[in-house]
Amino acid sequence: MNARTESALAFSPRRVAAMMLRYWYLLRSSWPRLIELIYWPTVQMITWGFIQYYVMQNAGFFARAGGTLIGAVLLWDILFRGQLGFSVSFLEEMWARNIGNLMMSPLRPFEFITALMVMSIVRLSIGVIPVTLLALIFFGFNLYGLGLALAAFFFNLMLTSWAVGIFVSGLVLRNGLGAENLAWSIMFVFMPLTCVYYPVTTLPVWLQPAAWLLPPTYVFEGMREVLIRHTFRPDLMFDALALNVVFFAAGVFGFLKLLQSARRNGSLMQTGE
Amino acid sequence: MPATPAIKVERLVKIYRKEPAVDDISFSITPGSITGLLGGNGAGKTTTIAMIMGLLVPTSGRVTVLGADMPQQRYRVLHRMNFESPYVEMPMRLTIRQNLTVFGMLYGVRGLRDRIEQLGQALDLTELLDRPTGKLSAGQKTRVSLAKSLINFPDLLLLDEPTASLDPDTADWVRARLERYCRDRHATVLLASHNMAEVERLCQRVIIMKRGRIEDDDTPARLLARYGRRTLEEVFLDVARRRDEAREAAQ
Repeated sequence: MNARTESALAFSPRRVAAMMLRYWYLLRSSWPRLIELIYWPTVQMITWGFIQYYVMQNAGFFARAGGTLIGAVLLWDILFRGQLGFSVSFLEEMWARNIGNLMMSPLRPFEFITALMVMSIVRLSIGVIPVTLLALIFFGFNLYGLGLALAAFFFNLMLTSWAVGIFVSGLVLRNGLGAENLAWSIMFVFMPLTCVYYPVTTLPVWLQPAAWLLPPTYVFEGMREVLIRHTFRPDLMFDALALNVVFFAAGVFGFLKLLQSARRNGSLMQTGE
Repeated sequence: MPATPAIKVERLVKIYRKEPAVDDISFSITPGSITGLLGGNGAGKTTTIAMIMGLLVPTSGRVTVLGADMPQQRYRVLHRMNFESPYVEMPMRLTIRQNLTVFGMLYGVRGLRDRIEQLGQALDLTELLDRPTGKLSAGQKTRVSLAKSLINFPDLLLLDEPTASLDPDTADWVRARLERYCRDRHATVLLASHNMAEVERLCQRVIIMKRGRIEDDDTPARLLARYGRRTLEEVFLDVARRRDEAREAAQ
């Protein structure tokens, strides 16, 4: 390893803590930001909870498959909010025109990414934990009853959300705030293909291989296996993990390439539109 | 043996879409000196500073800062540098103390609490330390940016329009603090400015840029003598308006 790589890879927990502190100060100082974290997951869970309640009263299969819709909503929110938590923390730097300060400081890209990953968990916890408790109170759906399976689902979904978040941050860094909308919408491209609310077999046969290329597909299939057949499928989780390693590496590689390109074309100096 | 230059720029070029923003410039800056980078809009000052900071990769040429090649070896020296520019801001919702804490941690400053108090006193910010940065006046914000740029006792300070948007009194006050810091710490400063009085007061040397090239490079006194002018502003206008005849006549 040459001196340049070694220096760029040097990792300081203190610098990571500095960035986490920065985002924590920001969250603490702004109640609209805190409310925003909880508001949409709550609305979504309640809406889908009532839909599921209605369907359960009218269809035998769904009555047996209790919780699949709410479960899907909550797991989807982990995926979506995880990526959003990462991307919004990054966007805060762009909105504040603070990227130049950070890029000129000794903060390494991997430290920045680590801080954003940890903050995405913090933001997700603030938003989703109260919602899971509401799901328990209103609809008797106990997400934590999934036990070990939940940990495997969570880990895989977070890895995917970080991979996408890292890549989108690179795009925003390279192309400016004009690319901001991607941060809010990119995950929805995955929604139909990852089969959040229906089994993969629902898709046309020719589209199913594409669905199996996405790690969250395995998680949502795994969730239905647990809730409908009461079986935990570790094989699905290992397949998801293997794909996630590829996704994560591709996300980091893309981010570093886009950062390099931003240094070449001067985007780091013009962090507006 | 001469001291290693704080900044060494060799045949630096930056081209955007076939247009040269910086066109084959070379200079080196002695440690402990204050150098002014003058030039009109689009002269290439900010692009030059960005390449010195490692924010921008040159098309060709070489930049060495405190002995490290930029941007390849930037992490070797970034903790010894700092900068202030109107193109970046401090996060508005954070208080001054919170902002300085975050940047102090990023720069690995020891005794950070004391350092923040010290900067608060030196830059007359003590009463404001717990106020959100977004609620400060333009002059107060400039002092906060200056506090951030001094948080790590930098050996090299890059300042892009450090007193823009300040009233004359505050600007003069800021200059005095900068001067004292450089004298006390033997720090090197590269200062891009449109304020000729500021450059005349602070700088031992002035580099004048125009259309990406260095048009002139000397001490303020020698520049005044060479162009036969009384102020740097007049020299600047001569260069900007290509009054080469004035220079020739004076010579």
